[in-house]
Amino acid sequence: MAVYKLNINGKKLQVDVDPTTPMLWVLRDHLDLTGTKYGCGIAQCGACTIHLDGNAMRSCQLPVSAVGDQSITTIEGLSENGDHPVQKAWLEHDVPQCGYCQAGQIMSAAALLQNNASPSDADIDTAMNGNICRCGTYTRIKAAIKTAANG
Amino acid sequence: MTLIKTSYNRRSFLKTSALAGGGLMIGFNWLTSCQAAAEEEVLQMPDEWFDINAYLKIGDNGVVTILSPNPEFGQNVKTSMPMIIAEELDVDWKNVIVEQANFNAERYTATNQFSGGSAGIRRGWEGLRMAGATARQMLCEAAAAAWEVPVGEITTAAGMLHHEASGKSAGYGEMASAAAQIPVPKEVELKDNKDFKIIGTSRKNVDGKKIVTGQPMFGVDKKKEGMLIAMIAHPPAFGMQLKSADTDAAKGMPGIRDVFTIKTLQDDYERAGFDTNAFPEMIAIVGNSTWEVMNAKKALKAEWEPFSEHSMVVNGWGGKQEVTIPAGLESTTSHREEMAKLAEQPAKVSRKDGDPETAFKNAAQVIERTYTAPFLAHNCMEPMNFFAHVQGDKVELAGPIQGPGVIEQTVSARLDIPVENIEIELTRMGGGFGRRAYGHYIVEAALISQKVNAPVKLMYTREDDMTFGIYRPSYSATYRAALDENGNLTAFHVKGGGVPESPVFANRFPAGAIDNYLAEEWSIDSNITIGAFRAPRSNFIAGAEQSFLDEVAEAAGRDPIEFRLELLERAKNDPVGERNDYDAARYAGVLELVREKSNWGQEQPNVYRGVSAYFCHATYVAHVLDLVMENGKPRVENVCCAIDCGIVVNPDAAANMAEGAITDGVGNAFFGAMTFKDGAPEKKNFDTYRMIRMSEAPRNIDVHFVPSDVDPTGMGEPPFPPIFGAVANAMYKATDKRSYHQPFLGDQEVLG
Ligand code: FES
Ligand code: FES
Repeated sequence: MAVYKLNINGKKLQVDVDPTTPMLWVLRDHLDLTGTKYGCGIAQCGACTIHLDGNAMRSCQLPVSAVGDQSITTIEGLSENGDHPVQKAWLEHDVPQCGYCQAGQIMSAAALLQNNASPSDADIDTAMNGNICRCGTYTRIKAAIKTAANG
Repeated sequence: MTLIKTSYNRRSFLKTSALAGGGLMIGFNWLTSCQAAAEEEVLQMPDEWFDINAYLKIGDNGVVTILSPNPEFGQNVKTSMPMIIAEELDVDWKNVIVEQANFNAERYTATNQFSGGSAGIRRGWEGLRMAGATARQMLCEAAAAAWEVPVGEITTAAGMLHHEASGKSAGYGEMASAAAQIPVPKEVELKDNKDFKIIGTSRKNVDGKKIVTGQPMFGVDKKKEGMLIAMIAHPPAFGMQLKSADTDAAKGMPGIRDVFTIKTLQDDYERAGFDTNAFPEMIAIVGNSTWEVMNAKKALKAEWEPFSEHSMVVNGWGGKQEVTIPAGLESTTSHREEMAKLAEQPAKVSRKDGDPETAFKNAAQVIERTYTAPFLAHNCMEPMNFFAHVQGDKVELAGPIQGPGVIEQTVSARLDIPVENIEIELTRMGGGFGRRAYGHYIVEAALISQKVNAPVKLMYTREDDMTFGIYRPSYSATYRAALDENGNLTAFHVKGGGVPESPVFANRFPAGAIDNYLAEEWSIDSNITIGAFRAPRSNFIAGAEQSFLDEVAEAAGRDPIEFRLELLERAKNDPVGERNDYDAARYAGVLELVREKSNWGQEQPNVYRGVSAYFCHATYVAHVLDLVMENGKPRVENVCCAIDCGIVVNPDAAANMAEGAITDGVGNAFFGAMTFKDGAPEKKNFDTYRMIRMSEAPRNIDVHFVPSDVDPTGMGEPPFPPIFGAVANAMYKATDKRSYHQPFLGDQEVLG
């Protein structure tokens, strides 16, 4: 066990965990931030996507010991009132079905738009290909990303 | 208006003095109303709530809480069921708060709180309307009494009561207290369809805001003071059982509380239909946190051994049956060989019309084709999990389950605790697709909690989830068609089977449309557990049949839509046999609509089209799928879809459901497969189990509904089965080669 001081959603938080613990479980089990989801544990589904210094990152593959002073944003901290352009576009298009993958989808989409304000279809395909939606909401996700980009 | 008797489920409308469901009033501070996000505002909470019936309560300020009875797994019943209630209650949707009801068999008889079989809205339609209408009637009676006017003169609109002659008006909130004292009316009037104000209009997902902000709402998010995390280790292969467990190393790992074996079903237990479970004996690991338990699981040492043939009593739909579970470690290669062999042999005849033998003998042309499909894993994005807290003879359960009523019985039998002492909170499910109709993991969670005497959240890893499957079976179907010299279809023969069940529906189209018809079925016993998977059996047979009809239409020199419509015309005007399971006119209706909406017949360069239609779960669906080839790979450019599901309660949500089913179908047609070697599932996670991803998803999907006044039918499943045929038929146009064996693109590289 070791103590880590983390910078998450603009707050300084402290945990005492095994250094190999993936951030996914630090968030979910130790910090009550359960918006970030477990889907595969091997960086294949994207359900656990967070932002590490603004870039999309699969938190299931990020040991807490590797975080250092990089800042982490989770779905809970993406915006104060749930009004990030991507979140608004998601509501406008009523994207979710079961909703389980959507936090990861939104985090991937928000990171994409951060780096590329008007992505092409191919850009969206590349950025979002790591996020599985078992319910098959891809067409709405793509439409919502375009809305957010233009909004 | 329609007058209906409320007596058949009056029990569910009995008023209770306690607040419905207990604790529902707490924690509303961030709840928002159902209106669109743009105009969202937090509703003012009332000072007092009045229970009108099991489904709704009205606040003194007119705000209404509707309890949505059925478990939600993405089919959006949590929005559409309350819409039906709100419609008959005659309230403004923006004053409605929706809450998920806990499981309560006695209160929610309108739907039985079972999500499956695309039956939620269909079964609930009348009862849910009645729940709203009885409440409205009670409010009218309360107003009539207060104003001393005849109740028949009271009208309602958007949560207001009016009496025109006296000019009196009141909000529902003002009359709620009095209404709650009024006896449940014996008869109520339901609205005419033409007066619907909410049903038939698109309303946003009531949980949309919670989902996009990552609020806790799934089973995996459940927390309770002192809660421990549990995982299980089950046999690595079907056909195996636990021999011995060496738990010492795992027990000594950091954060581990206990490691032990559990037996979820006793040997003499009479199983119900949803008690499917290949691994009733397993090892449980319990600890403080998920990561610690995961690590301890890796340190676990166990010996597994093949089991011998045994039998069990299953009391399922077909009544009580002694079922024999064969011994052996099965493999996909041997399944394929056995299936090919049985496809050649005569099988059990399930329907015969006319004289197919003679018709085939006299045919100018006979076409014979065989189609196959592999097992599929459900792969719900949220792996199986459940919360349990067993305290003495009280059981508290929470998590994702499609059929809480079924599993409650199993838990009760296994723990020997009466169902009255078992409470089940229904959390939003991260997908279901049929898998969560089988709740063995709830029994596991309860036993583990009982053993460690603490609240426990049982978590499956993705690997556990994929390898402890209740899979979609592997199927095969061989079709034969006889054509005369004019290209008329004179005989049709389907012979289908699978491991372990046949996919054939003998009385579905094209039965009834052809004079000489034969359906045969066979099956191969297996110890691999199978169960419902989005449109069971239809999800294979539709694609096979619709691919075959396409090929027959081509051989007959007909346009594929025209060819199907001719057959349906025959079935409509002069049906063969009496037990035909479909309405030929509605079937033709979706084909006609899709033909029009897709501009069928207008060729576009380098766009390859396939059509397919199917009827299941009381709903008719037709697709036209456009494919393009990019770098030698097929990509779905567009899917035009026509659906007849009767009245559409929430059109945009229904379209979303169809889009999902289409995408799911395209993915499984191209990539979906679970294979086995020596009983072990060969794929354990998404690095090898190929799922459809963004770059392969259809670029565009247009969903059209046949305008209808018929009571609503299923939407979750019906758009799924026919898409396989549309993919196959478009692939043929693009490549000149027919696709007979799923997955059509084999196991290509997995993207991550
Ligand atoms: S849980 Fe991290 S990518 Fe799937
Ligand atoms: S909405 Fe269910 S997995 Fe994406």
